[in-house]
Amino acid sequence: MAVKSVIEAVREAIREEMRRDPTVFVMGEDVGARGGVFLATQGLMEEFGEDRIIDTPLAEASIVGIALGAAFRGQRPLPEIQFSDFVWPSVNQLIGEAARSCYGTNGAVQVPMTVRIPYGGGIRGGLFHSQNVETHFFHTPGLKVVTPSTPYDAKGLLKSAIRDNNPVVFLEHKKTYRLVRGEVPDGEYTLPLGVADIKRPGNTLTIVSYGLTLHYCLEAAQEVAPEGIDAEVIDLRTLTPLDRETILTSVRKTGKLLIAHEDNVTGGIGAEIAALVADQAFEYLDGPIARVCGPDVPTMPFAQTLEDAYIPDPTKIATALRRLAAY
Amino acid sequence: MPPRKSRARGNGAADGALPANLSGDDLADYYRRMALCRAIDERIWALNRQGKVPIAASSQGHEAAQLGSLLAAEKDGDCFLFPYYRDLALKFAAGITAEEVMRSFMGKAGDPYSNGRQFPLQGADLPRKIIQISNVVAAGLTQSVGYALACKMRGEQTVVLVYFGDGASSQGETHEAMNFAAVHKLPVIFICENNRYAISVPQRKQMGVEEVASRAAGYGFPGFAIDGMDFIGCYEATREAINSARAQGPVLLEMKVERFMSHTTDDDDRRYRPPDEVTQARQRDPLITFGNLLLEQGVLTQEQIDHAAADALAAVDAATDAADNASPPDVSTLHQMVYSG
Ligand SMILES: Cc1ncc(C[n+]2csc(CCOP(=O)(O)OP(=O)(O)O)c2C)c(N)n1
Ligand SMILES: [Mg+2]
Repeated sequence: MAVKSVIEAVREAIREEMRRDPTVFVMGEDVGARGGVFLATQGLMEEFGEDRIIDTPLAEASIVGIALGAAFRGQRPLPEIQFSDFVWPSVNQLIGEAARSCYGTNGAVQVPMTVRIPYGGGIRGGLFHSQNVETHFFHTPGLKVVTPSTPYDAKGLLKSAIRDNNPVVFLEHKKTYRLVRGEVPDGEYTLPLGVADIKRPGNTLTIVSYGLTLHYCLEAAQEVAPEGIDAEVIDLRTLTPLDRETILTSVRKTGKLLIAHEDNVTGGIGAEIAALVADQAFEYLDGPIARVCGPDVPTMPFAQTLEDAYIPDPTKIATALRRLAAY
Repeated sequence: MPPRKSRARGNGAADGALPANLSGDDLADYYRRMALCRAIDERIWALNRQGKVPIAASSQGHEAAQLGSLLAAEKDGDCFLFPYYRDLALKFAAGITAEEVMRSFMGKAGDPYSNGRQFPLQGADLPRKIIQISNVVAAGLTQSVGYALACKMRGEQTVVLVYFGDGASSQGETHEAMNFAAVHKLPVIFICENNRYAISVPQRKQMGVEEVASRAAGYGFPGFAIDGMDFIGCYEATREAINSARAQGPVLLEMKVERFMSHTTDDDDRRYRPPDEVTQARQRDPLITFGNLLLEQGVLTQEQIDHAAADALAAVDAATDAADNASPPDVSTLHQMVYSG
């Protein structure tokens, strides 16, 4: 096994799937000679040519709409939206059209398309290079939503997403790209969509998270462990399908739940998980369901002070863990 | 009206004449502003390499287009601007201080555009009649048309100038904005600063036409491609466009410029750009050609030009120190102004 970064794992998954299946192709802004602004497609134009690594005009509605049309004809498009903040022009095609294509044709039409989107903040990106867009897609039946946090997960999940016959929104937290490194097996493997992963087993309370915040949760769990707080940390890995069983099993064991994510707190993934647990594990709860999430402001600002104040970091999570453990 | 080119101009007034409606003082003033813009732009890039400025997009190579059009807008006195992220020179020369620019780039309190919430010089500078909500490419075009519509509804004479790149010309909203503006004959000047690249994507991969200006014909309003490295030419074309827009509706001005730097401080253009391209382009550096023109015409002496550069450096030094020592925005501001009133 070799240690790799998230961006390397993503690139490897794309390369392997393109070698394996000639119908897979990439389209997006700067994906060709530039190799993508985060270098996810570096070297791929050289290997697969300009017909399978398509540098598009700067127009997101067409990137997704054209990919969708190609999917109708049986290709496996892998469009890239350069930053999540620029997905909005394509939302008509993604939420409006792609999500409804299977249902609206009573299953006649398949959409084997995976839209890769770097998202999230903590990189001084300000209001338009830091957005958390996951909740909008999570709320939309017909889309699958994947949010890996490690290189191993990113590679295995991206390969599964590409092979899936449904539109998948594949969200890569851009701060994890180079920051998070981990072992990736040399051979071929895939990971199923819809299966969460317990990244740290524990008994005192349950933490549910995903993406970059997952790592902050692990840090916080480490910090409070000497105080006798033994947190179980669940990485959702995919938001849709949501692995409800893993969450419920853990909460039934620990009796306490904290959900952490960078996206705004109101109406976020955490709200849905809280409702799920209140509904199906109410009698097991020994304390209030806690959330440590982005506050309800329109994205984290640019200034370092304001960005820090926004981000659910290990310190904020540890404080909430102590408060919850005291119940 | 078919698209046509404005009369050919070289760098500076090929015929030797300066526009009659501009005084020597106007031109000297704008030369000094351009020198200051260049100096601050270069400093910002250096500060990025020192870790003090997280991100910057440079105006270097676009200054004649930005400042020539700004001068026309200023002279007119009733223009409203919707710039884009590459318009550092435009936003600075429109009247904020060097220290305010630096505060914005360093994310400090007192950034006049967003008080440190946004990328540098993004938000609004209403005293200077400027709005730029985001750096979402082409999002400002429809907004600018709406602004012009409102001005018309209110019986105002304002002409709106909206700036965008060649890349932005591909967005659906660009089409929608131009079409609506044409239908309602709104006084909007669409200024395309065409540097032939959308980050790494060359023009031939962006569009099937040679000139963005040719699109205007499809909407039914005039479009002109001009040399965006020529300050006087950009001033003249914008002045004429302002008059035309007020009288009969939209105009598309494609200003052909050069991007001297990488796309942003995060980019490395050696990945996709032939090395000698920028060297070639710099032969037509607008700061030099404009300076030479003013020398030839006796508007400025060499000594005054040297002074302008020295003064610019001193101003940028002072601004850098002041901004570096300034406080960041207070964390309490994080929750403010999500809603108004
Ligand atoms: C809607 C949208 N998509 C993608 C981006 C990322 N991006 C920022 S600038 C840029 C290229 C813009 O090129 P152009 O319009 O020619 O302007 P230039 O930078 O050359 O002045 C891209 C792709 C963005 N900001 N907004
Ligand atoms: Mg461009």
